[in-house]
Amino acid sequence: MADLNELYQQVILDHNKKPRNFKALDTPSLTQEGHNPLCGDHITLQLELDGDIVKDVGFQGSGCAISKASSSMMTTAVKGKTKAEVELMADEFVKMVRGELDPEAQENQLGRLKIFAGVKEFPARVKCAALSWRTVQAALEGAAQAVSTE
Amino acid sequence: MKTQTAPEFDVAAIRAEFPMLTQTVNGKPLIYFDNAATSHKPQCVLDKLDHYYAAHNSNVHRGVHHFSQLATREYEGAREIVRRFINAASEKEVIYTSGTTEGINLVAASYGRKFLREGDEIIISAMEHHANIVPWQMLCEQIGAVLRVIPINDDGELVMEEYEKMLNPKTKFVSVVYISNALGTINPVKRIIELAHAQDVPVLIDGAQSAPHLQVDVRELDCDFYVFSSHKICGPTGIGVLYGKQHLLEQMPPYQGGGDMIATVSFEKTTYNVLPYKFEAGTPHIAGAIGMGRAIQYLENIGLDNIAAYEYELLDYATELIGGISGVRLIGTAKQKASVLSFVIGDIHPHDIGTILDQEGIAVRAGHHCAQPVMKRFNVPSTARASFAFYNTKEEIDALANAINKVIEVFG
Repeated sequence: MADLNELYQQVILDHNKKPRNFKALDTPSLTQEGHNPLCGDHITLQLELDGDIVKDVGFQGSGCAISKASSSMMTTAVKGKTKAEVELMADEFVKMVRGELDPEAQENQLGRLKIFAGVKEFPARVKCAALSWRTVQAALEGAAQAVSTE
Repeated sequence: MKTQTAPEFDVAAIRAEFPMLTQTVNGKPLIYFDNAATSHKPQCVLDKLDHYYAAHNSNVHRGVHHFSQLATREYEGAREIVRRFINAASEKEVIYTSGTTEGINLVAASYGRKFLREGDEIIISAMEHHANIVPWQMLCEQIGAVLRVIPINDDGELVMEEYEKMLNPKTKFVSVVYISNALGTINPVKRIIELAHAQDVPVLIDGAQSAPHLQVDVRELDCDFYVFSSHKICGPTGIGVLYGKQHLLEQMPPYQGGGDMIATVSFEKTTYNVLPYKFEAGTPHIAGAIGMGRAIQYLENIGLDNIAAYEYELLDYATELIGGISGVRLIGTAKQKASVLSFVIGDIHPHDIGTILDQEGIAVRAGHHCAQPVMKRFNVPSTARASFAFYNTKEEIDALANAINKVIEVFG
């Protein structure tokens, strides 16, 4: 049975209440919109790149606790990483919340992000957790349009 | 007039007729509060569907053979049940559709394109479901008509003075919802119709939420069109009804072409069938119509007035109990309401509310309820919505209150 405490862990609730990097950047290299039509979650993500490295990152928008906490923790995780490292993490994160990667059994770079592993037990909420990572993927791929989880 | 059934409302006996109500979610008995989205089906409706497919299956209006005759008789018998249910003058005024949405699209496309012109005005309200917004917007785009919107006040009631001011010689159609799916407001549709008729403007009433909760008499209301869906009145999905006054339907061109809607076809000229078949192209949802007829009989046997009275009790109880929880804000506090309790809790996102309630076995809708303009009006991205049916109980509402307290605990 899915356990609610696995989903709404203290760290997630804390990031929901006090999202990190919840800001607009002055000199963003990339700006990307992402939304989840099902629940109306919406995120504007900005990245400032220094060559290949994510020098600064900020997000704004509104959404449920899962999407907000995921966005917040995504920003703290990608800061200082290379584009390739971010892309790998995004890929692994999306796989994990879909239940396609077991972070305890398989090698991965997720670190603290493993806290979102419980989301896989809540199929209706997978898109909420994945939104910020989908958005950062789209930003790095240079998507012309807003990315949608649909 | 409907005859009153016994005043005793035996909810336990009613619940026993709904197989879905014995389901469990996360090890807990299902508490189903998403009735405004779709209602459950009693065993008698499921049996009727089974029986059609197992024992009567044939196409209608086509064969001289035994089972085609039987299927046709049942299918047309259901039309008569619908006619009586809404008190239409004739079966010719009862058009089968796929549901409320198709009914509105049919009227917008057929009546709208024939009778409306550039610069004409169509009035809807600020509490419409998207199904009663978008078809009119599409028509406006096609012909250059203008959409006007009756505003709502902070309680979620129509501002009738604004409506009166809005009616003018350019007004050519009014289309409003009887009961709001997002707010529960019961609109004064009789008055809306009177005012429009004073200027010879026809009125469509969206009955998606009124059909399950109110006894509706289309002749008493004097509406020109009335639309509803079977699946919200304990019937199958994929079938619904468009009622239209005969003299209007007769002037309207067909909506779709195909079999059954024609009288004769040649490559030079096709003549159309009589009402109601003119609007029913192709093999219809035969089982659906028959199942809907059975569902209406089921509801009539309990009595729509008894249902309304019991549901009002539930709503009253829930409004007091849930509305009284510190931090809960009710969205939609109209004086006249039916069966819908929309709410938000502080800044907790309704999807988080929905997930936690689901863990308790409680099904509510969390989202914009296909009524984004309503959400904007109340300055919320979405709400959680508990919507009640006659098979719900006060004990279930107690469980909802407990679960809401749990939500508040988690998000403290």
